[in-house]
Amino acid sequence: MPGLVHVQTTINGDEVNFLCEPRQSLLECLRDVLGMTGSKEGCNDGNCGACTVMFDGRIVDSCLVLGVEAQGKQITTIEGLATPEGLHPIQQAFLENAALQCGICTPGFIVASKGLLDNEPEADEARVRHWLAGNLCRCTGYDKIVRAVLDAGEKMQS
Amino acid sequence: MEWIDFAAPTTVSEAVGLLAQHGDRARMIAGGTDILVQLRGGRRSLDLIVDAKGIPELNEISYNPQNGLTLGAAAPCYQIYGNQAVADAYPGLMDAATLIGGIQIQGRASIGGNLCNSAPSGDSIPPVIALGGVCNIAGPNGTRQVAAEDFCTGPGRNVLENGELLVSINFPAPQPNTGANYLRFIPRNEMDIAVAGVGSSVVLDASGQNFVSARISLASVAPIPVFATEAAASLAGKPVSDEAIQEASDLATEAATPIDDMRGTIRQRRHLVGVLTRRTLNNAVQRARGG
Repeated sequence: MPGLVHVQTTINGDEVNFLCEPRQSLLECLRDVLGMTGSKEGCNDGNCGACTVMFDGRIVDSCLVLGVEAQGKQITTIEGLATPEGLHPIQQAFLENAALQCGICTPGFIVASKGLLDNEPEADEARVRHWLAGNLCRCTGYDKIVRAVLDAGEKMQS
Repeated sequence: MEWIDFAAPTTVSEAVGLLAQHGDRARMIAGGTDILVQLRGGRRSLDLIVDAKGIPELNEISYNPQNGLTLGAAAPCYQIYGNQAVADAYPGLMDAATLIGGIQIQGRASIGGNLCNSAPSGDSIPPVIALGGVCNIAGPNGTRQVAAEDFCTGPGRNVLENGELLVSINFPAPQPNTGANYLRFIPRNEMDIAVAGVGSSVVLDASGQNFVSARISLASVAPIPVFATEAAASLAGKPVSDEAIQEASDLATEAATPIDDMRGTIRQRRHLVGVLTRRTLNNAVQRARGG
C-alpha cells in the first residue's frame, strides 16, 4: 500500500502543508483534510462551479483538480477574501443586492467574480453573464447576482 | 474510488516509461476534466494517473507564420485563446477553445485532452481536423505522426497504444485566402454538449470568388468525429455560391450517421448538420476574404 503524499502549497497567502491520497480532489483536501468548508461541493463533476477557487490566478473547479496538484501553487479560496477590516467589495455587494438565497452557490460565485473583476472591473453585463456560465444557482434566477457583480465592479474601479 | 497513484514526470521518455509499465491501468491527465469525472463515476478504473503538465513539450504553444503552430497536448484553452498571435492566425480553432465548458473548465482543459478523450461530441476535434492538424505521438518505439482525422477510432477510443502519449498537434501555417469556422448547436447558451457540431475550412483562389479546396468535419453525429471528404471535395474548383454550399451541406448531411439519444434525434441532428455546414462554410469564406 503506497503512502499518503505530502503537499506544500500556499492558501490565502499562508504556507500550508497537508497529507492526502493522490486520488483526492483539491476540494476534498480543502474541506475534509484542512477543514476549510467555505468551498462547496455541488455536482462534483465540473458543472456547477460551487467549488470554484483561484489556482495560480485562474479560476478552476477544485473538484476537478487533484490535491497533489496543489504542490507549489498559489490558491485563493472564499476564506481568503475578507480582511480584519471588513468584507471584500464583492461580498459586500452580494449582501447589499440580496444576491443569495440558500447560499450554497455563493462562495463559488464570489470567487469566480473575483477572477473576472480583478482584471476587468469594467466588465459589462454580457461579459459577467458569460464569465459566470460555469456557476449554477437554483434560487435567484441570476439577476441579483449579476447586479451585485456589476455593482462590485464599479466599486473596485474607484 | 480505489487507491490510485500519481506521477508527475518532467520528460516525455519518463512518461512513456510509466505508461508502458502500467498499460491499460495508467492514463495521462492534462486538465483532468474528463478523466477525474470518469474515475469518480466508476466509468474508468486506474492504478496510475500521469500528469502531463510538468513536461515542457506537452505544454508549449509555439507559432510562427512560416512553420505554423505546434500546440502542446496539455496546453489549456485559456492559454491558447490568450495567445494573440495564435488567436489571430487560427480563429477557427478559437471558436472551439472559447466555448468548451465554462471559464473554470477552460482554465484546465486542453485540446489534446479533448482529442485523447475521443468523445464523438468533442468540440475542438472538428476544427482540428478541418485545419489539417497532425498529431505527434511518442511511445516506447519512438515517435509517429497521425492525421487528426485518423486519431479517433470509436467512442472513447483512439490510435494510442499502451505506452504511447499525445505530445502535441501541428497545424500548417495559415495561407492567404483561407478561413475556418466551428459552430455547434446546444439548447442552452453555454456549458453544454453539442447536439451536433461542424468545423469547416476553405481555400479560395486569389480572387476570393472560387473554392480551391475545403475540409469539413462533423461532431456528435457518428461514433467518431466524421471527416466529410465527399462534401468537401464537391466544392473544389466551383465558384463560391449558395448552390455549391448547399450541395456540400447536403453531402455532409448524408455523411452523418447519428443516433437518437437524450440530446437529440436522428432527424434533428441530420438537419443540424446541413444548417451548420452551410453556416460554417459561409463564415469560413468570409474569413478567407478577410472579413
